[in-house]
Amino acid sequence: MNDDAVVKVALVSCGSEYAGVHGELESVAGSVNARLVYPEIDVSILDTIGKEFGIEAASPDLRLMMARAKAVVEGITDVDGVFITSCFRCAEAAIVRNEIRRYIHKYSDIPVISYSFTERTTAATLMTRMEALTTIARRRHLLAREHQSGLTAGIDSGSTTTKAVIMKDDRILGSGWVPTIKVIESATEAFELALKEAGVDREDIQALGTTGYGRFLVGEHFKAQLIQEEITVNSKGAVYLADKQKGSATVIDIGGMDNKAISVEDGIPGMFTMGGICAGASGRFLDMTAKRLGVDITELGSLAVKGMQEKVEMNSYCIVFGIQSLVNSLAKGSTPEDVAAAACHSVVEQIFEQQLQEVDVKEPLILVGGSSLIEGVPKALSELLKIKVLVPPNSHLIGAVGSALLASGYVEE
Amino acid sequence: MVKVIIYPTNSLILSDLVERFGHTPLAMMEKIKEKISTVGVDSPPLNITPEEPKMGLKYAAVEVPAGVRGRMAIVGPMIDEAEAGIIVNESPMAFGCMGCARTNELTKFLIRDRDIPVLEVDYPEDEDEAREFVYKIAEFLGSLSKDEKEGQE
Repeated sequence: MNDDAVVKVALVSCGSEYAGVHGELESVAGSVNARLVYPEIDVSILDTIGKEFGIEAASPDLRLMMARAKAVVEGITDVDGVFITSCFRCAEAAIVRNEIRRYIHKYSDIPVISYSFTERTTAATLMTRMEALTTIARRRHLLAREHQSGLTAGIDSGSTTTKAVIMKDDRILGSGWVPTIKVIESATEAFELALKEAGVDREDIQALGTTGYGRFLVGEHFKAQLIQEEITVNSKGAVYLADKQKGSATVIDIGGMDNKAISVEDGIPGMFTMGGICAGASGRFLDMTAKRLGVDITELGSLAVKGMQEKVEMNSYCIVFGIQSLVNSLAKGSTPEDVAAAACHSVVEQIFEQQLQEVDVKEPLILVGGSSLIEGVPKALSELLKIKVLVPPNSHLIGAVGSALLASGYVEE
Repeated sequence: MVKVIIYPTNSLILSDLVERFGHTPLAMMEKIKEKISTVGVDSPPLNITPEEPKMGLKYAAVEVPAGVRGRMAIVGPMIDEAEAGIIVNESPMAFGCMGCARTNELTKFLIRDRDIPVLEVDYPEDEDEAREFVYKIAEFLGSLSKDEKEGQE
C-alpha cells in the first residue's frame, strides 16, 4: 500500500451515531485519507454470535460489534485497520470492546485501536490514534526497518521539551534537549545544538523526521521527509534503543503532558492507549514535585529511591490536590525522600490504573520518555507490576531517535 | 384518538396495530424521519449532534453513557407526550430493537413510571400465543377509545 492510498478502516461501534460523535469520526478519518467502512453481516447471526463469541451481551449493538469483528477476522470484509469504539462509562461495552480487540489481535494481523467516547469527543482527540492506525497499515515496510543508515535527523517537539538528534549508521552523533517555549524556535534551538555537537551542517542531513505535538509545524518548517505521530515513532524507537526489535514488548512512555502504553510486536505497535485526563499522571507532576522540594528535576530520582512511598498519604490523583497532599505531608514531618518516592509511585499507579488496563503487559517492559530518567519512576513501576523494567540508553530522546531511524528509510528512496 | 408510546420504540408491527385502531403511535421512525429531514443540520447518518446527549440529561444524569442519553433525547419526549403505552417484552430483534440494553431498561422504566394506561405483553412463541397477543393489544387499544369517549361525555 502506498502513502496516497485510501486506508479502509472498519468502524466497529455501538451507538456512536446516537452520541453525536459520528461526524467527528468521519472527519478524522478523512483527514488521514482513510474511509470508514461497516463490515456487512447476516442479521440472523445476531441471535447466535453471543454464545459463539463467548459474551452473551444484553445489548444488540454489542452483539453487532462482535459480528462485525468476526466478519473482519474471517476476511468477509476486506479492511486495512479496525477502529473499535463504544460509550465511555458503559461497563458492558468496555468488556466487549476489550475482548473484541484481543480477538482481532489474536486472529489477524490487522491493526486495531479502541476508544471510549463521550459527546465531547472531537476529531482532534482522535487524530493521533487514527494517524497511528493508518500509518501501521500504510507504512509496514518503513516500520520493518531495524537499522538507521545515512546521516539523518529527528526532532521530537513535545509538550514540555523539544529533543533533536543527529544519527549516522546507528550512532547518535549529537543531541539537543530544550524546554518547549515557542514551537519553531525551540525546535530550531534543539536542532542547532544537535548539529553543533555532531559537527555537521544542516545541508548535510539526508533526511529528517519529526514527531510530537508540534510535528506538523516543525515538519513543514524544516521540510521534513517524515512527519509521524508518537505512537509509531516511540514504539520503533523503544525496541531499537533497547535492542528488542524481534518479538513482543510493552512500551510505556511517560510524557510531559500524557502517557502512552503500547503493545509492540516485532517493532510494530498493536494495541495502545493514550492517557491525558489528568496531568497528575505525567512528567509535569514530577517537575512540580521537584520544584516544591527545592531540588532540580535530575535529583528527584535519586531522592525517591531512598524514600518509602508508604509513609506519605496521597489521596488524590489530581495534579493540584496531589501536590497539596505532598505539601501536607512535608508539613507533618515527612522526609523529602519519602515525598519524592510517593510522587513517583503516584504517577506509575495512574499509568497502571488508566493505561495498562487495556494493554497486555508482555516482557520486556521498556520505559521511555524524560520521566524514565528519574530513577524512582522505573523502581516504582517495577514494584507495582512485579516485573523488571528496562530503561534503554538515551530513553529521553526516544521520539527523536525513532524519527531519525524511520527517516533513514527516505535516504535510500 | 390517543397517543400511544410503543416498546420496542421502532416496532413497525406495533406501530401499525396502534394506527389500525385509530390511535397515534409514538415511534422512533417518525422522530428519526424528522431528524434526517431537518434542513441545516448535517450530522449523518441520523443527524444526531452532540446537543442530543445534552438534551438527554433530562432523563439520565451525565454519568450515564452519551449513547444512552442521545437515544433518550429522542425517546424521552415521546414518553412525556404519551397518553398510553404498550410494552412488548422478550421480543426478537426483527420485531424492533433500540440496540442498547441500558436504553431499553430506562425506556421501559419511564413508561411504567408515567401515570397512564400501560399494557405489558410477552412476545408470542407460537400461533396460539400470537392470536392471544394480538387480541390483548386490540382489546387494550379498544379500551382506550372507550375511555376517551366516556371522558368526552
